[in-house]
Amino acid sequence: MSGFQVVVLWSDVLVWLLVAAGLGVGVLIAKSPPLLAAWRRVGANRVGMASATVLLAFIAVGLLDSLHYRLQLDGKPGQPAVYAIEVLSVLDALAAPLRTRNEKTYSAPFATRLYAKETIDLPGQGTVRDYPRLKYGGQHLGEREDEVAADAGFTAFKAGVLAFVGWLGVFGVVAAVNRKKRPNLKLRDAAFAWDAVLLTLLAMLLAVVPLFWLAGQYHVFGTDKVGQDVLYQILKSVRTGLIIGLVTTLVMLPMAVLLGIVAGYFRGWVDDLIQYLYTVLNSIPGVLLIAAAVLMMQVVIDSHPQWFSTAAERADLRLLALCFILGITSWTGLCRLLRGETLKLRELEYIQAAQAFGVSSWRIILRHILPNLMHIVIIALVMDFSGLVLAEAVLSYVGIGVDPTMTSFGTMINNARMELGREPAVWWSLAAAFSAMFVLVLAANLFADAVRDAFDPRAA
Amino acid sequence: MSDALLSVTDLRLGFMAGKRALPAVDGISFAISPGETFALLGESGCGKSATAQGIMRLLPAAGRMLGGRVVMDGQELLGLSEADMRAWRGGRMAMIFQEPATSLNPVLTVGRQIGEVLERHRGLTGAAATERMVELLRLVGIADPERRLTEYPFQLSGGMKQRVMIAIALAGEPELLIADEPTTALDVTVQAQILDLLAKIQVDRGMGMLLITHDLGVVARMAHRIGVMYAGELVEVASRQAFFTAPRHPYTQALFEALPDISRRGLRLNTIPGQVPALAAMPAGCRFADRCPQVMAICREQSPPWREVAGGHAVRCHWQGEAAANGRTGNAVTELDIDPGRAFLEVADLKVHFPIRKGLLQRTVGHVRAVDGVSLAIAASRTLALVGESGCGKTTVGKALLQLIQPSAGSVRLGGNELVGLKGRRLRSARRHMQMVFQDPFASLNPRLRVGEIIAEGMAALGIDTESASHAAAIAALLKQVGLPDEAAGRYPHEFSGGQRQRIAIARALAVQPELLICDEPTSALDVSVQAQILNLLKKLQAELGVAYLFITHNFAVVEYLAHDVAVMYLGRIVERGRAEEILRSPKHPYTQALLSAVPVPRLDHPTAIIRLPGETPSPANPPAGCHFHPRCPMAMDICRQAYPGVTELSPTHRVNCHLAG
Repeated sequence: MSGFQVVVLWSDVLVWLLVAAGLGVGVLIAKSPPLLAAWRRVGANRVGMASATVLLAFIAVGLLDSLHYRLQLDGKPGQPAVYAIEVLSVLDALAAPLRTRNEKTYSAPFATRLYAKETIDLPGQGTVRDYPRLKYGGQHLGEREDEVAADAGFTAFKAGVLAFVGWLGVFGVVAAVNRKKRPNLKLRDAAFAWDAVLLTLLAMLLAVVPLFWLAGQYHVFGTDKVGQDVLYQILKSVRTGLIIGLVTTLVMLPMAVLLGIVAGYFRGWVDDLIQYLYTVLNSIPGVLLIAAAVLMMQVVIDSHPQWFSTAAERADLRLLALCFILGITSWTGLCRLLRGETLKLRELEYIQAAQAFGVSSWRIILRHILPNLMHIVIIALVMDFSGLVLAEAVLSYVGIGVDPTMTSFGTMINNARMELGREPAVWWSLAAAFSAMFVLVLAANLFADAVRDAFDPRAA
Repeated sequence: MSDALLSVTDLRLGFMAGKRALPAVDGISFAISPGETFALLGESGCGKSATAQGIMRLLPAAGRMLGGRVVMDGQELLGLSEADMRAWRGGRMAMIFQEPATSLNPVLTVGRQIGEVLERHRGLTGAAATERMVELLRLVGIADPERRLTEYPFQLSGGMKQRVMIAIALAGEPELLIADEPTTALDVTVQAQILDLLAKIQVDRGMGMLLITHDLGVVARMAHRIGVMYAGELVEVASRQAFFTAPRHPYTQALFEALPDISRRGLRLNTIPGQVPALAAMPAGCRFADRCPQVMAICREQSPPWREVAGGHAVRCHWQGEAAANGRTGNAVTELDIDPGRAFLEVADLKVHFPIRKGLLQRTVGHVRAVDGVSLAIAASRTLALVGESGCGKTTVGKALLQLIQPSAGSVRLGGNELVGLKGRRLRSARRHMQMVFQDPFASLNPRLRVGEIIAEGMAALGIDTESASHAAAIAALLKQVGLPDEAAGRYPHEFSGGQRQRIAIARALAVQPELLICDEPTSALDVSVQAQILNLLKKLQAELGVAYLFITHNFAVVEYLAHDVAVMYLGRIVERGRAEEILRSPKHPYTQALLSAVPVPRLDHPTAIIRLPGETPSPANPPAGCHFHPRCPMAMDICRQAYPGVTELSPTHRVNCHLAG
């Protein structure tokens, strides 16, 4: 463990650019009272803030997984440093126990033995067929294998108490800060929905802290075919889902906004052209288009192995290609929406006043139309996110999604598919992927609802 | 009152804002007898509509009943269950709304919508219902009712929709009709028809009517008793006679004095300073105290009690005096002999035709002749009023002058330079000389820009004063000129009221120092008191800057007050033009005469008989042959059906297009 080399994947660049852009937009919002007021309304929405808390936790996992590096291999001094072929992320380092403690094959959650019988050589007793003991799961119990429930329950309780104490600390800090600003205001009545945030945080801490505590001793969600911990796979899937959800919108946004506004503002043949374009694009089955594009991309990647120094880079490029393709095929909806809204806006009197001053068309678009469309863009962004995470799962399931070496919710489900037919069924991989994705998408949807309510001009 | 049909006692209702209920209507009481029209009068935001919705129990989601009693025919309505209440709504009491275009369901036929009420409240279905529907439509004056029953709302004109709405309201044979601004969205000639209809029906059926309006003219024509609302309270209740002869509350008096009128030409209109207090910040004492010319110390401390000044005339005011000494005499200055000077804007035979396209290949099958040969001339420091009903093309004229809409033919000469056909930079520099003020102050300012940026936009686009220091000074000077504080430049439009927004729009237009300001109904979205402020401002600016106005409007009171010259437009053509006094005192065209007589006048003594125009303005896509006005003209002759009349010059300035004059 002497040194490491930072690896910057293309998707990492985009992720951190997105974070920077998000912060920048935040600063802009803080300067614009109407937008700030709308976001304040989001902040006052309890459901919205609860789901935002959950989303933030997912985003934190995704960001930790977006800092990549390669470890230096032990070499002789004086020779140039050699780095491991495996690209790791900060998340991998933090979850090292989960990553490294691989079993031989399937094992159920909280199991101490494998899920399949094997022939075991017992010294002096010949061979027996039995479920072999796991290398890591429940190892600390030794011979007391039947005490799993008691041990796990007690550990979870200890962790839960600890989580509660930690939460009390957070609660105290928040309450103190609020008290300082507004001495007589109860937290419940504050403009920002602190109560919802704190309660969600409590629920999350009570679930997550015991989970990870136990994960050190057991495979809480079991292991998959090659013995990898399912919990670790879920953590890795989060980043894939987020990138698909965010980078794709980044690809489609400029196209949708530009074409939508241009079509609506200039009308005439420009409008006709853009309308034909998205009508044609819309009438090609999306999966077909995506499948064709992904397969072509795969051929390109496979025939140029020299482009990639590691497998991670190759998988990363394929992920980005997928985002790009999804973006190309999914801009039509937002474009149509923005065209319609622009058609409405261009007839408004302040646009005509600007035209009467001879303000140029592009300046009118930038100053008068775009800012008044931003609420639609924001609503569309947040609502598309969950749809894209689901789309990735479907595409990976069909086999045209991300690289097979990359973990994603879709590949997890795809891998678990065959094992459902087994007797007894291997259900945990699917169940875990399903629940994690469900929580992520539900949180995103609820947050989108809150954003839509706050930005809806009819409600404001 | 024991014989009252409806009695409202101490009604209080409010709207939820967060966890607080802000009272929008605060303890109002009145009663309506059968056959009586009670008018609730007040400016926007005074709680008039909320009162009506409260009586019908149709408050929006945020609305809350805070107390009071609404008793109709011995039955307390506020305590009824929702199911029982439905039998009252539409059955015993019915409502007509302001906007006929949105109060009918566009996907149901007229028959279905009337039939719904008949079935629910009268139990009529099938042939009996159809028979009743035909009767109802005939009652509200719709020709060919059998055919109309099967038509959809989009096939009807605005006035016809309002008639259908009235038929629906009458279908349940209500004892009480609530009419919420029933004619505000209609043209004057149609408004006159609808008001006549309402008055006739009310007399025939002995209905009680609650009329909600902001228009003193409508009140004068319709109401028996009047309640004046201010900031959620009734401040004066009087009979029609007492209301128009001796209004007692300072607010009522101020409303009358803020009205523009021919007798006030050349004078400043009285305005009510400030604006209606916000719901969240109601003053403790009298709510009008901050804007009242007669304010006393006691007004700020306690809310005044009701005081009976005469039988049936009660007022809520500490001030005991009568009308403020109105020493102003009518201004009889005649302006006929003032030389208007040379015209600097000359419009000749301006035409704007919009093609109607049909079919797969979008072939042009006809033209909407929105503007069809309009000639105008405006001189510096003069105001030309372009008057007409909606759809006559007056706004299109304004936009075509600015080249916002490309004219199809004709010429617009500004100081000798032809504007039609100009492009790019030369058009831009020409635009410096004219600017536009729009109708809706809420749609004409970009909500995402600060006021300073809005005003600076024109200067930047036309390349005036690009230096930032002088920029800021110029903006401050403009704001001062239109009567807004300096610090307004850093704020956003939504922080201002309608009248203040209109001032900002005027400042924006003035920023490029235009010689002509095209004002497209700049006061029609504003309350009377605010309208007076804007009209005063426009007059002041004209005196200071010598700017000319093309004032596009349908409001004759404003024309009488402001205009030097008047042009009356009908269906894309100017039918009469001349000096304001010529047109207003001796109109020659039957259309002008009808328009003038249809305007509801806020006085008891209406001088002339009202000329009723049948029907509504035809479509400009398919104008009638001959004189466009002949189908509606009471004096149409044979020649009118054959040829469009030429210009007749009655005086050097007064010309009319009518066969009668020729």
